[in-house]
Amino acid sequence: MKKRKVPNKTGHFGSFGGCFVPETLMSMLAELESVFMSAVKDVTFKEELKFYLKEYAGRPTNLYYAARLSEKFKNLEIFLKREDLLHTGAHKVNNTLGQILIARRMNKKRIIAETGAGQHGVATATVAALFGLQCDIYMGQEDIERQALNVFRMKLLGARVIPVTSGSQTLKDAMNEAIRDWVTNVEDTFYIIGSVAGPHPYPLMVREFQSIIGREARKQILKKRGKLPGCLIACVGGGSNALGLFHAFYKDTKVKFLGVEAGGLGVHSDKNSAALIRGEDGVLHGSKSKLLQTADGQIKIAHSIAAGLDYPGVGPEHAYYKKTGRAEYVSVTDQEAIAGLKLLSKTEGIIPALETAHAFGYLSKLNRKLKHKTDIIVCLSGRGDKDVGTIKGLI
Amino acid sequence: MANRIENKFKELRAVKKKAFIPFITTGYPDLKVTEDLLLGLPEAGADVVELGVPFSDPLADGPTIQDASYHALERGVNLEKILALVTRVRKRTQVPIALMSYYNPIYHFGEKKFLAQVQKAGVDGLIIPDLPPEEAATLIKEARRHHVATVFFIAPTTTKQRMKRIVNKSSGFIYYVSVTGVTGARQSLPGNFVEKIKEVKTLTEKPICVGFGISTAKQVRLVSKVADGVIVGSAIMKQLMTFNEKKDQVAKTLQFCRSLAKGVRSSGK
Repeated sequence: MKKRKVPNKTGHFGSFGGCFVPETLMSMLAELESVFMSAVKDVTFKEELKFYLKEYAGRPTNLYYAARLSEKFKNLEIFLKREDLLHTGAHKVNNTLGQILIARRMNKKRIIAETGAGQHGVATATVAALFGLQCDIYMGQEDIERQALNVFRMKLLGARVIPVTSGSQTLKDAMNEAIRDWVTNVEDTFYIIGSVAGPHPYPLMVREFQSIIGREARKQILKKRGKLPGCLIACVGGGSNALGLFHAFYKDTKVKFLGVEAGGLGVHSDKNSAALIRGEDGVLHGSKSKLLQTADGQIKIAHSIAAGLDYPGVGPEHAYYKKTGRAEYVSVTDQEAIAGLKLLSKTEGIIPALETAHAFGYLSKLNRKLKHKTDIIVCLSGRGDKDVGTIKGLI
Repeated sequence: MANRIENKFKELRAVKKKAFIPFITTGYPDLKVTEDLLLGLPEAGADVVELGVPFSDPLADGPTIQDASYHALERGVNLEKILALVTRVRKRTQVPIALMSYYNPIYHFGEKKFLAQVQKAGVDGLIIPDLPPEEAATLIKEARRHHVATVFFIAPTTTKQRMKRIVNKSSGFIYYVSVTGVTGARQSLPGNFVEKIKEVKTLTEKPICVGFGISTAKQVRLVSKVADGVIVGSAIMKQLMTFNEKKDQVAKTLQFCRSLAKGVRSSGK
């Protein structure tokens, strides 16, 4: 594999990525890029972020050997990267802490964010409360209904949850509305994007803040096993927890990357969110990537039981990983995800988020594909309390 | 081959006039109304017409154009139908036409193929709100080859350094966004746009037209004192949306445009 550094200076991952936004945002994005680039090299910033990640969010997270779950599979030795144990219950806080420190450096007074499952919304509302900044969260009406617990949490944290009733009333439309707000209030407002998506420098910035997952996991597995794992596996919606786990292993070319997309009712049905498997090249929300779209280039409405994966696009770096063959992308259906959720709950006493459950829903297929016992790390990106209401009606 | 937009501005400049540029969403409420409006707009005072291509996720647009786009998409409007419409209209009018489209439908269509068909249909310019010049190398190359103007935006937040780049890559005219925000009628316009436009004028001779938020003849008059043209979109679509009868949709919308065009004509100079 060619070792080209991605993204390049203009934010491109090969033919993907870039910066496709209204002109009003362009100068601010250039400023954001320069503030971010100097921050990550700045010792004070790094120490500050490290402090909050450790003392406030609870890093490092454990790499836990799932003995009872591993027993179920002949070829799998399963290690769980416990991002679910972080404050707010998911990996999202790694990124929101990083971005809010950037927002402070840019003297922004107001924070906005989009959210699907509400995990990113909660993680944003949390850090906004921590630093005393005003916070507005855009959330699709359908998601507000299926993630009522997280909506309540955001409100309790002092954020305003703004329902979005246009289009599919899910994550895609929440992001449209957040961008409209951003274009209008760009002078004083910082947009905390929750995934490795959006215009440059967001995919790079979110990757940087999430890559702590893989940096820790790599050290932990080497300590526990004395060798690198055979495979890393994570669910992919926008793809931030997956890239967070994968990135530190990028040069370990023998470590296979496996991203699990939301197959919904099946990838050959019209109701799924598998942008990498079923999508075509396109531009939405600031970057070029794989997109579920019609023959006319209109964006399709995605479907997934997991609100956090219910999005017709995916982060541009995943499109790049797919094109270059660095990662493989598969999908599991809503039903398989629920089976994965039940399996982890009953074998390990851990209820994962429905998003995360997609990774567990793929384990039996992975087990069949492998020829001999292999160490794998699953990114346990979030806990499932928020989904109990949704699942209750289905089991 | 001469470009109709460029010719129009030359013509207007020679007589010291400013351009009135109405925007309509193609296919709202249907393609027939768009066609009739296109044919009637020159007489109603339009110097250039901006035709909106509906998109599923119009993130630079406010509620009015969002609604119009949604409605048009529901009726199956797409680029092929829009180009066919322009082809038909071209036999009957020489009014310069610029297409306003988000980038994805064009990218998905294929830029090369798209520009060839755009020229063949008789479209004179492209306005793409989510395509900054930095990402537009292919599009600009193809557009030049097919004599289609590429209109880029300058916003209140644009730095001087960027302004130069944008001015350089723009042809036909430069689109100055009067306010930070999405499209849609507003009560008042920010005061600083006059200085900003003067700043752009120090960099270029190319025409500068102002859009976003302009809704009344009074605002049109104010803007056309400093700019080379005024773009009105949401206010026209809002008018159009109030009528149910096809006859009114065309006649009364044109009447509204006529009143706006008067604002341009009466700006003096």
